[in-house]
Amino acid sequence: MDIYLLEAIINGILLGGVLALLALGLNLIFGVIDVVWIAYADIVMCGMYVIYFLYAQYGVPLPLACLIAIVAMAAFGVLVHLLIIAPVLNSPPINQLLATGGLLFFLQSFATLLFGTDFRNIGVRLPILEIATLYISFSRLIAFVVGLVGAIALYLFLKRTYIGTAIRAIAQDREIVGLMGVDQRRIYLVTSAIGGALAGLAACLLALQYDVHPFIGNTFGPVIFMICVLGGLGNMIGGFIASFIISQIIAIGGYYSNIELSYVLAFTFFIVLMFFRPRGIFAR
Amino acid sequence: MLSLAAVSAGYGSFQALFGVSLEVPQGEAVGVIGPNGAGKSTLMRVISGLLPMRDGSMILDGRSVSGLPAHRMVEQGIAHVPENRRLFPRLSVEDNLRIGAFIPQARQRFAEQLDRVYNLFPRLKDRRDQLAGTLSGGEQQMCAIGRALMSRPKLLLLDEPSAGLAPLVVAQVFELVRRIRAEGLTVLIVEQNVQQVLEVVDRAYLLEVGAIKLAGTAAELKDNSFIRKSYMGL
Repeated sequence: MDIYLLEAIINGILLGGVLALLALGLNLIFGVIDVVWIAYADIVMCGMYVIYFLYAQYGVPLPLACLIAIVAMAAFGVLVHLLIIAPVLNSPPINQLLATGGLLFFLQSFATLLFGTDFRNIGVRLPILEIATLYISFSRLIAFVVGLVGAIALYLFLKRTYIGTAIRAIAQDREIVGLMGVDQRRIYLVTSAIGGALAGLAACLLALQYDVHPFIGNTFGPVIFMICVLGGLGNMIGGFIASFIISQIIAIGGYYSNIELSYVLAFTFFIVLMFFRPRGIFAR
Repeated sequence: MLSLAAVSAGYGSFQALFGVSLEVPQGEAVGVIGPNGAGKSTLMRVISGLLPMRDGSMILDGRSVSGLPAHRMVEQGIAHVPENRRLFPRLSVEDNLRIGAFIPQARQRFAEQLDRVYNLFPRLKDRRDQLAGTLSGGEQQMCAIGRALMSRPKLLLLDEPSAGLAPLVVAQVFELVRRIRAEGLTVLIVEQNVQQVLEVVDRAYLLEVGAIKLAGTAAELKDNSFIRKSYMGL
């Protein structure tokens, strides 16, 4: 096999890990709260700025900066729920979309106002690994491994704890969980915090590979939504698998043509598939 | 144990209950019978806090519990097995039982209570890892009752436990109610299956168009000519 193709496939798998993390967060929130956070990728952007300023500007050690970013984004997730989602929880879906869409424009404009449109890099240069003539970026490998560990941790949390069981239950029958002694509002807050924390974790991983600027969310946002819809909105396992399908299309497409065209390819694949499986590949 | 005084409730502009008063004494099984649309399920939903009452009051063990939301009512010791069972279909049987023990005081004794429920329903133990949605109707009813028992309630509300089940399974469900009662649990049961429910309860109320029309011991109601004619076809 062509060594460069193999490299592209491996890079595709590595990219899939981070996308999967974001798809899990978005699906979790949609499944539990029944609201799509259109601004999800822009919360990642905020997390990247937190890391950039803490680490590159104020010299906070990188692991600590990452931890702070995760906690800050979890708190941000709770705020998003309390200030934006809770008031429109019983409104028609279009109103909810407009509300979280408004947050997207707000965050992008606010970031532009505060930080300008400069591309900023945290300036961490991790080595490129050479494994038997294959070149693999260490930062991507870290992103993949941490993304996978995050996904497994989330899975265990949902499977093994009472709160996790309540989160899975509430997605199946919103009313009856009350009869189990579960306070819905509390579960919504916990879910929003987890969604925010996952965005914060993704921000740590992406900050190693990409420059941060106010519109970085636009690079990932559409891809993540496509992945979630492809896997079946709210279906966490479907979204997880779809992340790797899409990342492979982007990586292999990029190998045969160029990266811009590979996104066109991925979206074309998505649109065609929607004709056959309008509720996603893994729709129940 | 539980007493309702002049409770009214409804949905939007539709009023379903008009000043309902009833008593459920400690250790007894009480039935609420009546035709479709009489407000029986609404009554259950008001007691368990799923539906806020518009008027009236509710007292549990001498304390007012009027207006508490559902998740607080469970902590007060009321467990509600809803109409149509409403299991979480894509959770395993054991996860359904686990979520039944969500409240802190039930979590601490989860293992012990799980044993009791599996003793009561050995079939559930065999199917513990199966998704609840794949159980048969009778097994689902057992799982729903088991889930309610996991919170270690003082009062168990059963809403039409025999609905949609084969006659043989219906008999099993009523036998179960008898056993649960024998363990000392107080039970309030709503049923359309009048003849069979009057065999397992101590007292019963007849609810028609949102109001209590008749009340008495099971024996009295069994001999009541109106009940015999309208609800037993005798």
